[in-house]
Amino acid sequence: MIPAQFDYLAPTTVEDALVALAEHGDDAKIIAGGQSLLPVLRMRLNAPEFVIDLGRIESLRGVTEDGDALVIGAMTTHSDVGTNPLVAEHAALITKAVEHLADAQVRHRGTFGGALAHADPAGDLGAPVLALDAEFVITGSGGERRVSAADFFEDFMTTAIGDDEILTSVRIPKHTGWGAHYEKFVRVAHQWPIVAVAATVRAEGGTIAEARIGLTNMGSTPLRATTVEQALVGQPATDEAVRRAAESAAEGTNPPSDLNGDADYRRHLATVLTRRAVLAAAGA
Amino acid sequence: MARIEVTVDGAQVSDDVEPRMLLVQYLREKLGKTGTVIGCDTSNCGACTVHLDGRSVKSCNVLAVQADGHEVTTIEGLATDGELHPMQAAFHECHALQCGFCTPGMIMQSIDLLNDNPKPDEKQIREGIEGNLCRCTGYHNIVRAVQTASGQEVGK
Repeated sequence: MIPAQFDYLAPTTVEDALVALAEHGDDAKIIAGGQSLLPVLRMRLNAPEFVIDLGRIESLRGVTEDGDALVIGAMTTHSDVGTNPLVAEHAALITKAVEHLADAQVRHRGTFGGALAHADPAGDLGAPVLALDAEFVITGSGGERRVSAADFFEDFMTTAIGDDEILTSVRIPKHTGWGAHYEKFVRVAHQWPIVAVAATVRAEGGTIAEARIGLTNMGSTPLRATTVEQALVGQPATDEAVRRAAESAAEGTNPPSDLNGDADYRRHLATVLTRRAVLAAAGA
Repeated sequence: MARIEVTVDGAQVSDDVEPRMLLVQYLREKLGKTGTVIGCDTSNCGACTVHLDGRSVKSCNVLAVQADGHEVTTIEGLATDGELHPMQAAFHECHALQCGFCTPGMIMQSIDLLNDNPKPDEKQIREGIEGNLCRCTGYHNIVRAVQTASGQEVGK
């Protein structure tokens, strides 16, 4: 299977990429690492006339610190994010989620921003960045704007990025010292998660002081399990207490039904995986 | 058409290619490097794995134009002066194949794994090659081959 014919543009600056996007608009598609887009093009599910490759824009790669936030360039590959010491120190939940994202080859090529802009609710990065209250930096011809993770994911594979805009970086508030775990339930290796839970916890002694929990594939966007987050505050990091709090993990979700499991099964999974993720994140 | 210059298995090559041409097609159809195979055509199976600037990638999921200015190593570029690469030799010694179709990708990914982690344990090996499917061996001898190539004692 090969993609339909297209013209290929490889700008070296964000400005040039925006010009190309403005010129070709609806007929153009941006390619980041291509690990989701190329299969789509090969299956002819989409056939853009122009493909604009961000791969030659060096300024979009890398992880930097900016005060209380980490700034992850949109074109930083999953493997570079996964091995980055700043990310491991200040946003361990991202490191944990990237570790088992797809497979090694895809992690070498796929990018942090590309996967988030693709916004597949079964993707592994949405829940962690939502749990960490990330901000998305979106650049258009008029400059930059920032969108909170809660507002970024609008629907199934739909984000707040406008037709003439590019996601350029993601700002992650530092969660230094927080324990983290990404509990992913799959049937076979390197599958999309049937359900996954991203949990990060600040523990004081054996008590949970704060918790943030994101759910993967429990609706048309990544979701927060806010009821569980609130119920965990002040609780001991014990199996019994966490199990009780995790019972409401599926509250307000709308999971899909498919060959891997129906919605009820996924709701059940969400409670089990939330308990496991929180306990692991709390180091219990 | 787009002009690309790529170093493939140590040789500089230059070609006009259609932007939609996949790297694996370029290697096989333009350069005749049929050692890299197309397995699933859906970027699942890993049979087409090559190294792009020293890191493993699925060459069915990279455009040839994206490799412009970069370095590609295929299974055909591993042996030096007729001597098999240690990973190739280990696959041979451990009989880490049956039909052999997954082998080129399996070897390229296993080399990448050892570049990252020179002494992986069995679990790390199985996770490290999770992007490569083998439908014959049950992976047993493949794991043994990677253990052998890493100079570790091989389990029974």
